[in-house]
Amino acid sequence: MYGNALRFRRQRALPAWAGVRVWVAGCLGRFFVFQELQDRLEGTLRNLRGNARLSEENMTDAMREIRRALLAADVEVSVAKSFVASVKDRALGEDVLKSLSPGQQVVKVVHEELVALLGHSAQDLDLQGDPPSVVLVMGLQGSGKTTFSAKLALYLKEKGRRPMLAACDLQRPAAIDQLEVLAESIGLPVYTQRGTEDVVAVAKAARQAARDQLCDVLIVDTAGRLQIDESLMEQLSELEAAIKPSEKLLVLDAMTGQEAVSIASTFNDRIGVTGSVLTKLDGDARGGAALSLVHITGKPIKFAGVGEKVTDLELFHPDRVAGRILGMGDMMSLIEKAQENVDEEQAAEMEAKFRRAEFTFEDFLDQLRQVKKMGSLKSIMGMLPGMNPKMLKQVNVDDKQLSRTEAIICSMTPHERRRPEILNGRRRKRIANGSGTHVADVNRLLKQYKDMKKMMKTLSKPGALDRFGKGLFPGM
Amino acid sequence: MVFGAFKKLKKGLGRTREQVLGRIGAAIRREVYLTEDFLEEVEEILIASDVGVDAAVELTEGIGRRLRKKGGSMQLADVAAVLQEDVARLLGGASAEEPVMQGPPHVVLMVGVNGVGKTTSIAKLAQYHRDKGRSVLLAAGDTFRAAAVEQLSMWADRTGVEIVKQAMGADPAAVAFDAIGRAKAKGIDVVIVDTAGRLQNKEGLMRELEKIARVVQKQLPEAPHETLLCLDANTGQNGISQAKEFTSVVPLDAIFLTKLDGTAKGGVVIAIAQSIDLPVRYVGTGEGAQDFALFDADDFARGLFDASSLDETAQDAAADATEQ
Ligand SMILES: Nc1nc2c(ncn2[C@@H]2O[C@H](COP(=O)(O)OP(=O)(O)O)[C@@H](O)[C@H]2O)c(=O)[nH]1
Ligand SMILES: Nc1nc2c(ncn2[C@@H]2O[C@H](COP(=O)(O)OP(=O)(O)O)[C@@H](O)[C@H]2O)c(=O)[nH]1
Ligand SMILES: [Mg+2]
Ligand SMILES: [Mg+2]
Repeated sequence: MYGNALRFRRQRALPAWAGVRVWVAGCLGRFFVFQELQDRLEGTLRNLRGNARLSEENMTDAMREIRRALLAADVEVSVAKSFVASVKDRALGEDVLKSLSPGQQVVKVVHEELVALLGHSAQDLDLQGDPPSVVLVMGLQGSGKTTFSAKLALYLKEKGRRPMLAACDLQRPAAIDQLEVLAESIGLPVYTQRGTEDVVAVAKAARQAARDQLCDVLIVDTAGRLQIDESLMEQLSELEAAIKPSEKLLVLDAMTGQEAVSIASTFNDRIGVTGSVLTKLDGDARGGAALSLVHITGKPIKFAGVGEKVTDLELFHPDRVAGRILGMGDMMSLIEKAQENVDEEQAAEMEAKFRRAEFTFEDFLDQLRQVKKMGSLKSIMGMLPGMNPKMLKQVNVDDKQLSRTEAIICSMTPHERRRPEILNGRRRKRIANGSGTHVADVNRLLKQYKDMKKMMKTLSKPGALDRFGKGLFPGM
Repeated sequence: MVFGAFKKLKKGLGRTREQVLGRIGAAIRREVYLTEDFLEEVEEILIASDVGVDAAVELTEGIGRRLRKKGGSMQLADVAAVLQEDVARLLGGASAEEPVMQGPPHVVLMVGVNGVGKTTSIAKLAQYHRDKGRSVLLAAGDTFRAAAVEQLSMWADRTGVEIVKQAMGADPAAVAFDAIGRAKAKGIDVVIVDTAGRLQNKEGLMRELEKIARVVQKQLPEAPHETLLCLDANTGQNGISQAKEFTSVVPLDAIFLTKLDGTAKGGVVIAIAQSIDLPVRYVGTGEGAQDFALFDADDFARGLFDASSLDETAQDAAADATEQ
């Protein structure tokens, strides 16, 4: 994925954003990109610029910051430690690249290592062998097993399989009803048997039923259990021995803290995990448990649950979760969107203008329109590092503001757009009238424009622009 | 801390951690000295209980100060005692306080993210109030998740309390409104309102919650009397954001901490207490309606550091230390 990110930067499309970024920042009253980790690293590596290499001594503080960031993201203590050690090994002795600041470079290494670990030989489900192949779904109480079972069934159905669900949670009140309702909603068969506690018997009967009905996959939903619950773990182990699942998926809540290691290791030792599922990734948890999961099981995370609906299932994206763990926002989504929509040639031209500080309202208008193509301003900003929903709520750059700004610029004559300094009181009034806004709005925009020009002058110094672009997507 | 760690040790955790814990474990009977390493290890063990980096640093600094005061060395058992004290104090030192009953009806609103144990905890509260001789009515306010109403109905049957429910997809605020109306008419003591799980970053769902609270107030202006955040002890640092976001929508009174029957310590409640001063009032310790206790800060702190597996000598030393 870094390949992508770097390629993108090489295309020099990023600076095209800078103007809009300054504009948005102006609306916010401050720069919203909050690059906590990178800033801290920048601090700890400040005196490194002269040195040519990252070394043991100059990296100690940086490593502490990384550890801290990982712990704050719920990566388990020992996992964080060994991860930091491996990052250090890799970063040690690397030449400090000219194009990146040391902080950026370290973040880049951390991010790459995270992706490498999380992306650990991602494979599809193994559903070979005599049908029906059995998928065992297991995990703690409330982690999302039943919901995931239904999501997976739907996913497989859409891939042309004939899945059946088996209700083997005989513990939680109404667990069978829940699976029945879900199965009905996706139009798939579910095997249930009430009034028994014999999980193994139910599972075997379900497998027979699947065979009889020519279903080729049986998804077995089980009761939640704490990993230290000896009798329930024993029950699961018996179930596993009886139905010989080809996939044994551990379902883990993305909000899980330090326990993730103990959960993963116990399920792995007792049952053998073939892959994991991280649920509730639609929330704002940093998701460090993902790292603990993979570190312990050595098996890939195969799916991500991203909502309560049966369609809210995604393949797991290691790069996105890596960014999340580092608090960098969902930068890949943003970059993908930008790549889809930013016209490269235009972007290159824009960059040249930037360098010459010749940025006009015509250019600004172009940028606004490109941004609009990418979706609502809020949805774009939501993907930016450091933006959380609370901040978004407070931010009052709504899309109306985008349209209002567009209207104001459109009410200028082409000449005015290129030479805004000629905008006197009379012209401003005309523009306000023409765009259905107030003179104060026009004034505000002009002020923002002035600030932007000033900003760009500083940016047009060699090298500064690169750093600015990177600031938008830390770690690139 | 150290000692709970021993138990875990046997369960085979990561090697690094084993080493850390082993080192401290070996030091039980020894005096410990004020060294960076020791403090770092204490900090790590705290972090391993989900208390979070900031709270761990603060607690560790407290230990450092004590050590310094005592001239740089201390019995390890005393360290544990000091930590327990500090944690209990941070948590407001609540010891099994009964809720203050209001109403009637005393209205309890249960909120939280998905799957934490809201419905089960409601069953526990129903059982608790019934055992106190109070009449209880449940409001099936999760009209979203498949079979959520059935689940609560089964709990109402099992605990022998009444329930008000509507069809799936009904307006949860209307269900709560009806339930309180019914309770007022029938002179019921306690109404407990179940809600659908919602992640705190979902604006629409949070607004829905706000509406439930508002509509409840139309029936009873001072309600809800107890708004409880249901929090899973396995939750990591996201618990802080849960507490903050929920309380900004429906002011929370306390936490119901679930799944403490596992090895998870629920340390994040310490970080929560530090940041928004929200106490824990109830704990869940299993899947049955009886698996319930009023929160006791001292117990919790002891659980966090698990002094029980200390050997005799260390225990005596700890007792001496707390008596002094
Ligand atoms: N927001 C969100 N909620 C989820 C997700 N997966 C499951 N849930 C919710 O989590 C709760 C517990 O899910 P359930 O499937 O019953 O968990 P189980 O006890 O492990 O079977 C329910 O409220 C589900 O709707 C997810 O990916 N995102
Ligand atoms: N071990 C244990 N499981 C619990 C506890 N509280 C709830 N659960 C389980 O957690 C799962 C989710 O509980 P539920 O009440 O449906 O959660 P809700 O989605 O928040 O309403 C169920 O399997 C419960 O049996 C507890 O204190 N200990
Ligand atoms: Mg289930
Ligand atoms: Mg519920």
